[in-house]
Amino acid sequence: MITLENIARSFGDKQVLHDLSFTIGDGRMTGFVGANGSGKTTTMRILLGVLAADAGRITVDGQPITATDRSAIGYMPEERGLYPKMPIIDQLVYLARFHGLSRHSAKRRGLELLDRLDLSGKPTDTLESVSLGNQQKVQIAAALIHRPRALVLDEPFSGLDPIAVERTLDVLTDFADTGAPVLFSSHQLDLVERLVDDLVIINQGRLVATGTADELRRQRSRPEWILEADADLAWVRDLPDIDVAEFDGTWVRFSAPDGDAAEAVLRQAMALSSVRAFAPHSVPLNRLFQEVTQA
Amino acid sequence: MSAHQPIPGTHLSTPVTTTRASFTTAIGLVIEREIMVRLTSKAFVFSTLLGVILFGALVAVSGSLPSLFASTDKVAVTSAGSVASIDGIEPVVVGSTEEAEELVRSEEVVAAVVDSADSPTGTTIIALRAAPESLSGALSLAPTVDILDPNAPDPALTRFIGLGLGLIFLSSAMTFGMTIASSVVEEKQSRIVEILLASTSARAIMFGKVIACSVLAFAQVALTAVAVLVGAAISGNDLVLGRLADPIAWFIPLFVVGFVMIAALYAAAASMVSRSEDLGSTSTPIMMLILLPYMGVVLFSDNESIMAVLSYIPFSAAVAVPMRVFMGTTAWWEPLVSLAILVVTTLLALLLATRIFEQSILKSGPKVSWKQALGRS
Repeated sequence: MITLENIARSFGDKQVLHDLSFTIGDGRMTGFVGANGSGKTTTMRILLGVLAADAGRITVDGQPITATDRSAIGYMPEERGLYPKMPIIDQLVYLARFHGLSRHSAKRRGLELLDRLDLSGKPTDTLESVSLGNQQKVQIAAALIHRPRALVLDEPFSGLDPIAVERTLDVLTDFADTGAPVLFSSHQLDLVERLVDDLVIINQGRLVATGTADELRRQRSRPEWILEADADLAWVRDLPDIDVAEFDGTWVRFSAPDGDAAEAVLRQAMALSSVRAFAPHSVPLNRLFQEVTQA
Repeated sequence: MSAHQPIPGTHLSTPVTTTRASFTTAIGLVIEREIMVRLTSKAFVFSTLLGVILFGALVAVSGSLPSLFASTDKVAVTSAGSVASIDGIEPVVVGSTEEAEELVRSEEVVAAVVDSADSPTGTTIIALRAAPESLSGALSLAPTVDILDPNAPDPALTRFIGLGLGLIFLSSAMTFGMTIASSVVEEKQSRIVEILLASTSARAIMFGKVIACSVLAFAQVALTAVAVLVGAAISGNDLVLGRLADPIAWFIPLFVVGFVMIAALYAAAASMVSRSEDLGSTSTPIMMLILLPYMGVVLFSDNESIMAVLSYIPFSAAVAVPMRVFMGTTAWWEPLVSLAILVVTTLLALLLATRIFEQSILKSGPKVSWKQALGRS
């Protein structure tokens, strides 16, 4: 478990992180969401020790993070980059040796990973000679080469085609299933919604929400329901305490203070006509995101 | 690829072997990669070999240049003794002055030397249009010449040494300066530097690059030196092995230290830009720092006071000191002071470069300003 406590950081006169605290749980896929320039990359760099924080501290299982802990994190920076003209396996071995692996075991593990990731092409090819999708696989292999105990990935899905996205997803969920903490940032909220266990949402360097997606829904907005009946539902708009979000004749989406209030609406509808559908409605993550960042 | 097959080595049961490589190990890794990348580059190997062979061949040929242009002239003589000791003259003994004139007219000989009682030297040169200078010079009466210092340096030769050493310094500094700069920008541009910085320090990366480039540059210069020595041995040119030994002995340490300084400055300059296209804006000042003192050394090689000043300036010391040593115008301690100044400047340059590098290597976008580069971390 990795915990960030009260992290602050400025560049010149501009403070980009304010008192930021959140936790990445063991075996939890934690989605890190925020608009461009909200401080995600800076936070990740501080977590990796690439940048220093002005204030705050980071702990691993309750102990202050050490250089060895940091070295055990697999990291994928936002803008992809390895050495274009260097053979693929050579760069994996090079990176692994900074983490104390021997040349021999680094090579064995590199070949194993490339095979597992289904790299087409030879490990001795130069990076620039293989397709972008394959370069992406090498980048993932580079983050995993030193048997990391945690993963920090900055926009791992940006620029990927749908097949490559699925492949990357597989690798990440596999990794989290081994009980390791995984933090990744993404702008693709539909993906994040499908994938994550926990969400961390920041806005202009400040934490605005953290928890599971369901928790956030409960915290942030009134629960919503969908009701569809044979007769016109215009009367729902006139009910006290009920807010209609969307209305289309015999179909309505409304929010209510609690389940009892929603059921009262259902009973009233059943009294008027037969009801075709009634169900709680999950607020999509991108709306939740807009709500919390614009609040 | 199945989603349920575990990634090798990510199970918790796998013993965790991950550590962080030590500072020296990390420097070693960077050095190893930098050197391997160059040595496996065909362009690098080719240009190095070409340079070495050209330099060696130049020296080898230089010894035999005079003999290539020299030729033997046939001269008709009535008595061989008068011209026997003159270089480049092959005497053809004839019986009489008339016979000699005949050979000159038919251009079988370039000239004739005949005894003549009228001439103050006792001989007369007969030629068709003009007498060969070597012949008339040798047979003329010359005033007595008293040489006070037979080993006094030739100013033309001094300038030539300056040009040669300067060329070695300049080409190494610029070639390898740009090599280290593009290697820094490559890592910054591709962002691999972020992955590296997650497992090692910026200092280790910079020192590794500076050391690797310096080793390559020294190896290249050493190879060139071997080629020059071989060339000198072939041509029998004793200048390189004899009177140039002292200046070269001073050139080596000054070059080594000065090169490290320049490599560090290039690394720092490169860390300030994000794209190789912008490299010119930060590396040009360094190029000027190398080029201007070098031009000074070549232009003012015969001006003792300017040369003295240049020998204490770190950027020109590597060339100016050997030239002054060759001219014999230095006290024994002067090269030592130059070297000491250079060492101190290099240490300061390393400190400055490390600071700039650490501050700038992660900053992407427009060129990092000097204020940012030297400011607070």
